[in-house]
Amino acid sequence: MANSSSRLAHQFDDLLQQQEASNLGMWAFLATEVLFFGGMFAAYAVYRSLYYEAFVAGSQHMDVLLGAVNTAVLLLSSLTVALGVHAVQRGDNATLTRYLLMTIALGSVFLVIKGFEYSHKYAEGLIPGIRFTLEGPNHVELYFILYFVMTGFHALHMMVGIGIMTAMIIMTRRGRFSPEYYNPIEVSGLYWHFVDIVWIFLYPFFYLIRVHP
Amino acid sequence: MKTVNEDALQKNYITAAYGIRSWLLTRDHKRIALLYLISITLFFFVGGFFAVLMRLELMTPQGDLVSAETYNRLFTMHGIAMIFFFLVPSIPAVLGNFLLPMMLGARDLAFPRLNLLSWYLYMVGGAYTLYAMVTGGIDTGWTFYTPYSTGYSTTNVVPVVVGIFILGFSSILTGLNFIVTTHKMRAPGLTWFRLPLFVWSQYATSVIILLATPVLAITLALLGVERIFQVGIFDPALGGDPILFQHMFWFYSHPAVYIMVLPSMGVVSELVTCFARRRIFGYKFMAAAVMAIAVLGFLVWGHHMFVSGQSVYAGMAFSALSFFVAIPSAVKVFNWTATLHKGRIEFRTPVLYAFGFIGLFTIGGLTGLFLATLAVNVHLTDTYFVVAHFHYIMVGGAVMGYLGGIHYWWPKMTGRMYHEGWAKFSALILFVGFNLTFFPQFILGYLGMPRRYYIYPEEFQVLNVLSTAGASILGLGYIIPMIYLLWSLRKPRTAGPNPWNATGLEWLTPSPPPTHNFDKTPIVTEGPYAYEEKSANGE
Ligand SMILES: [Cu+2]
Repeated sequence: MANSSSRLAHQFDDLLQQQEASNLGMWAFLATEVLFFGGMFAAYAVYRSLYYEAFVAGSQHMDVLLGAVNTAVLLLSSLTVALGVHAVQRGDNATLTRYLLMTIALGSVFLVIKGFEYSHKYAEGLIPGIRFTLEGPNHVELYFILYFVMTGFHALHMMVGIGIMTAMIIMTRRGRFSPEYYNPIEVSGLYWHFVDIVWIFLYPFFYLIRVHP
Repeated sequence: MKTVNEDALQKNYITAAYGIRSWLLTRDHKRIALLYLISITLFFFVGGFFAVLMRLELMTPQGDLVSAETYNRLFTMHGIAMIFFFLVPSIPAVLGNFLLPMMLGARDLAFPRLNLLSWYLYMVGGAYTLYAMVTGGIDTGWTFYTPYSTGYSTTNVVPVVVGIFILGFSSILTGLNFIVTTHKMRAPGLTWFRLPLFVWSQYATSVIILLATPVLAITLALLGVERIFQVGIFDPALGGDPILFQHMFWFYSHPAVYIMVLPSMGVVSELVTCFARRRIFGYKFMAAAVMAIAVLGFLVWGHHMFVSGQSVYAGMAFSALSFFVAIPSAVKVFNWTATLHKGRIEFRTPVLYAFGFIGLFTIGGLTGLFLATLAVNVHLTDTYFVVAHFHYIMVGGAVMGYLGGIHYWWPKMTGRMYHEGWAKFSALILFVGFNLTFFPQFILGYLGMPRRYYIYPEEFQVLNVLSTAGASILGLGYIIPMIYLLWSLRKPRTAGPNPWNATGLEWLTPSPPPTHNFDKTPIVTEGPYAYEEKSANGE
């Protein structure tokens, strides 16, 4: 069994203080992230209201089914993260490892599907600045620029998340976690959920605006 | 009681370990503060070097020293070095890093490793930007306005922007660390309303850093995408909107002014109370004022865009909101003055800097109101009046506070006292040199001299020569402290734990403090600045 006092960093008085500090730290980091994505969403809002037709026309080129599958995949991955936290609370580290592996697998499925979508866009000539052949309404290019920038940054966050989850598996294998000390799992889970939530906005904003034009 | 001998034997944070590795891998907030001190001083002199060349060029109406292209690079790189690499990190990364945990009675910041990482991010961003400056420079102005920066400039825009993007994460991590530390690591009894105002100002600054810097990061990222792929996000020729860039840029860069000046306000509150031997006048108002400035600061960015095409109604709203910022700012100035009023003021070097701050910040703030007035702004936009205004805030305010703080806490950081005579002399020189440099620029701007030009009509020469003369005095005022502060390091560590007889937990530790700051976590039983009680006890 892990000795919880060895997990206590010297600057803290007790584990509770340490745990509260790292939770608050992650929430503060997520506040930064909200503003980071917020900048892009602001640009999206401005251009969508200015060039609504172009945005609807652009969204005709999205694969709604693949987007829906990816949404389901990510929601499922949030569930496996939550179940992982639940497992470590019970001290069941084998189950924790299993759930973390499933999370990584689901995250990878998401990225692979995203990769397919990107390569389709390339084939169809829909990547501004690289290969863009679409003759659409004025400013339709803006829709695709924002699509690639926003989903691109989101995918980058997914990759970071997969890296974090890999680190968590290694730490679990080394017996770092116990029902008394599992804060890194909880905090990594917070990050993962956040990245999921961003996608929950990206999906309708880019894939579904053609449904109710 | 320990004997003197034992005290000398006790290891402090400097003597705790030797060798370059012990510094480059340190997690001690005090050592990281010193790493920052050295790095930002370097950038200060880089930025200063560009300023010297500019002021030399402006001695004469003709362009005889540098070409127009070079001049564009000079003012751009001066702004970038001074704002992003000196002013934004200055007080938080040096004094905040060193003092915040000590003022809270903590052994370190909440995340020491993150703290070290933020210094490395600073160095990587800084080195990359320096490299970009040396190999071609950048000429967009520190504001990187599109479409010039994305479609026309032939200079190193992308490398500089990448450097600043990296740097942004350095300041975000510092801000995050300060927020968590202030929330979770206060000593027993240290309630929010017992915190020194320095801590409040660091906290308010950190909130701004956390919420504004990411917007700059994404703005610069979009700028980079537009420039690299030549797609239209902000460039109207390609279908983008340049006003959107300005909105997003100033959403960060106006609050950034408060990132630079709020920490100085915190320093001034410490200095004024200590040297007037008084409790601060209106403590709660002072704490509320910094938070109010931080919040209001997010709502006024449009005052940079009165003439660039935003709607008149937006302009009116931004103008009115900008006026509101003057209220908490004035609360601060009035309360410092009221604290000094009838105090027994001891005229030591740090408080001279505090006086400098109060005077110059007041001028800078009031001229800010001129600029926030729509009709006046149309006349003054992009003139030297604006240049003078923000130098009064950022040099007269922020740098004065920084230097005052460095002088006040120097004995704590090094265990040594500097030469008081030289220090007073240079504080005076700095004040005179500063005003001679920048006051003529108010007049130049009022007369209509635009900023960012390397030539000007003959009738502006007298004022420009005065400004350059002032700049040389000002330069001296920065070099002299460098010399006597470094010189003081040769002297023995005789400052003692509390040379100013000040209140505050940081003064309970030996100078320099041991690595863990406190042998026993202090217990706080009273509010800050209990100077009257101290005097009553005959201390
Ligand atoms: Cu502003």
